[in-house]
Amino acid sequence: MQVKVLFFAGLRERLGKADVALELPGTATVLEVWQQATGGETLPANVLVSINQVYAELSASVADGDEVAFFPPVTGG
Amino acid sequence: MAHCELRETSFDPWQLLAEWTAAQQGASRYGATAVFVGTMRDFNEGDAVTGMYLEHYPGMTERQLEQIMQDAIREWHLDDALIVHRVGEILPAESIVLVAVWSAHRAEAFTACRHIMETLKHNAPFWKRETLIDGSSRWVERNTAG
Repeated sequence: MQVKVLFFAGLRERLGKADVALELPGTATVLEVWQQATGGETLPANVLVSINQVYAELSASVADGDEVAFFPPVTGG
Repeated sequence: MAHCELRETSFDPWQLLAEWTAAQQGASRYGATAVFVGTMRDFNEGDAVTGMYLEHYPGMTERQLEQIMQDAIREWHLDDALIVHRVGEILPAESIVLVAVWSAHRAEAFTACRHIMETLKHNAPFWKRETLIDGSSRWVERNTAG
């Protein structure tokens, strides 16, 4: 299945990439998507996750065509 | 009609409110209006700040704002609501966010306005990178307590 992965803000700068197009065999969780997309980088403790622009857990399943995003705690307002 | 939007250029919240209330055409169903305006400070964590870049997640940020606003309208039976939030390069003294709500009574207006702001700060995907007086920049790690 194909998954689009996005990184934002300080996380994007630290990883040196804004997006990754992943091709994964079978099913995957968000955590497995992180590992594939970053080449096994340590997951920041406070990272936030979304699937298709809705907040999700690291254990959530990802489906073909999903957009998965990882980002630091938000600081708007 | 309730509305939320992102702005890439500076805006005057009081002018927006004047235009919004003019468009309400003297509606008399509400008795209370509560307004919050967030403005960029020229200091943070003890350092002088000369500018800020506000990053967002196009699509998800708009969805979150819309959801926060619609949830508040439902929970506090608001008559109307308006959220405007800046993105991009921002200078000190410019407005970052405007939240305005209209309801029958003050309790709902005060509570809903506060709730929208706090939920926005916790859930809406925005990230601030501030530029300090020496030209260096840093990501803001967390919100202030309140």
